[in-house]
Amino acid sequence: MSVQFWTWLLVGITFALYFGIAIWARAGSTKEFYVAGGGVSPLANGMATAADWMSAASFISMAGIISFSGYDGSVYLMGWTGGYVLLALLLAPYLRKFGKFTVPDFIGDRYYSNTARTVAVICALIVSFTYVAGQMRGVGIVFSQFLQVDINLGVLIGMTVVLTFALLGGMKGITYTQVAQYCVLIFAFMVPAFFISMQMTGNIIPQIGMGGKVEGGAFLLDKLDLLHTELGFNEYTSGTKSTWDVFAITLALMTGTAGLPHVIVRFFTVPKVKDARKSAGYALLLIAILYTTAPAIAVFSRTNLIETVSNKEYKEIPEWFKNWENTGLIAWADKNGDGKIQYVAGSALSSKKPMYTDARGASGERMVSNASDAENELYVDRDIMVLANPEIANLPNWVIALVAAGGLAAALSTAAGLLLVISTSISHDLIKKQLKPDISDKNELTAARISIFVAILIAGYFGINPPGFVAAVVALAFGLAAASFFPAIILGIFDKRMNSQGAISGMIVGIVLMLFYMMKFKLDMFGGGTSEDWWFGTSPEGFGTIAMCVNIVISLVVSRMTPAPPQDVQDMVESIRIPSGAGEASDH
Amino acid sequence: MSDKQDNANAYWKENIKYLAILLVIWFVVSFGCGILFREELDTIRLGGFKLGFWFAQQGSIYVFVILIFVYVRLMNKLDRKYGYDE
Repeated sequence: MSVQFWTWLLVGITFALYFGIAIWARAGSTKEFYVAGGGVSPLANGMATAADWMSAASFISMAGIISFSGYDGSVYLMGWTGGYVLLALLLAPYLRKFGKFTVPDFIGDRYYSNTARTVAVICALIVSFTYVAGQMRGVGIVFSQFLQVDINLGVLIGMTVVLTFALLGGMKGITYTQVAQYCVLIFAFMVPAFFISMQMTGNIIPQIGMGGKVEGGAFLLDKLDLLHTELGFNEYTSGTKSTWDVFAITLALMTGTAGLPHVIVRFFTVPKVKDARKSAGYALLLIAILYTTAPAIAVFSRTNLIETVSNKEYKEIPEWFKNWENTGLIAWADKNGDGKIQYVAGSALSSKKPMYTDARGASGERMVSNASDAENELYVDRDIMVLANPEIANLPNWVIALVAAGGLAAALSTAAGLLLVISTSISHDLIKKQLKPDISDKNELTAARISIFVAILIAGYFGINPPGFVAAVVALAFGLAAASFFPAIILGIFDKRMNSQGAISGMIVGIVLMLFYMMKFKLDMFGGGTSEDWWFGTSPEGFGTIAMCVNIVISLVVSRMTPAPPQDVQDMVESIRIPSGAGEASDH
Repeated sequence: MSDKQDNANAYWKENIKYLAILLVIWFVVSFGCGILFREELDTIRLGGFKLGFWFAQQGSIYVFVILIFVYVRLMNKLDRKYGYDE
């Protein structure tokens, strides 16, 4: 049976499952809507958190990025998992004890200030919107790639599905749908990895196979290093970034992810503080399965890719190569006219993406108009490594289809979690807490549903018309979270003397500094600059680390020069440090 | 200061001690072994892996998972010791 048949079948079955769960888990009150009634078991919550956390980027792009950057890709692996340790040890138990619905709630109450609350709401909205637009785009790509549906129609289908289970079930529906989505996505990620690891190294566990031997007795990683050196690339296991920059980026990603509102809110859904700790443990365990497999897939697919295409006749190349060429994610320009693919270091194109002409070349390849002068003849989009991996390794059709269903599960689960944060920020933090405090439970629920609807329309619009700066901003969303939220929450828990003046000035200076650096070096404003001009050799991706430190210093200094926070706030800090008596997450 | 307050302060102090120890390990496996001392560790091999590279792409993640579960156990014990478990 064809790949397309299998894909429709698997996507159809999984979607029917998600709808079924959404109808079963309808929400009746704001509490069920915001925090699933606070009665989710730690294991189920761990699975939902893992699905929420692992976005289309983790599933589709991460292994590809590592595959092309080798050691440098470690920043994502350590950054996105290490942040979880910070979250579990420094934030989750205390925020659960605090017992309100949202992060702006905490900031607003802890710093007894509506200004602080508003700053937090705005940060939460910016981070969530940039994220959700990326997810919608991911859904569109999977639909167009595997089902030959137009990319915009794909985005619309994705929007409808997310909307249905978010509107019906709120957090409750989303939580149980995410449990199902976790199962789908991890199965879809692991099956091809098992197959390929077995094929290449004779060991079915990819984490071990990665360090195993290939045919001929050499270690796989040594062989890949050798291939890289021969073709003029940097050694795979060494990378190119400076040690300081790797350090800064990793720390910025760690603190940034720990500050992501859609993940923090997860810990409000379990009954007790004890459960919040435990569920963070389950979540990281379940995430680690994918995160330790991804670097193995990166090594397998990198080796496979080089061996399949390097110095091979285009006419003899397998079918998948031409399929991805047709969808515009692979391009080959036969610069020396020998009919063979030369894949070496250097950029094959003079701009970022291939610009195809309508003509076909002597070997039948799609001609491009923007080939560069470099010797390298091949352009491969990083995003295809996970999606094309099963095809490159000649796996059965149902495995290829499975990857499509998994990619959709990853994108939809994250999008749903983010949309809920957006709607909560609007209906709860803005309308209920600031504009109209006497709103009834029922009206608040209606407001939440309307804001989800509006949010998804906006997200869908950006999914269909992605603005050029989205890619730059997504990478930096972490820096923004690190520079603003993270210090305010940590200091709010661990420094009883921290007051509103300190926290607000720290947040504002941190986020302004980060925005300035990002605009200067990413968007070429304020005179722009190249990597030569980076402060202390820090890339914009790693600058969150510096902005965070500045935030902390300013908060501490200002708070010591201004009056201590009122007694009731100090008592509140005392109380969140003690785990017992958490009660249920509630309004009051 | 009341007994209740003393109890809470003692609990918090021990909690901070646990956090400090766990976070030092967290820092050493990731920023230490995986980044700062990677090149030195890369001269040691673990099967087909260079050790520094292994820590950066595999080892640190395993340790992270273990750290959280150790934390859960330590804190559950601490809660019982100070009568905060429920």
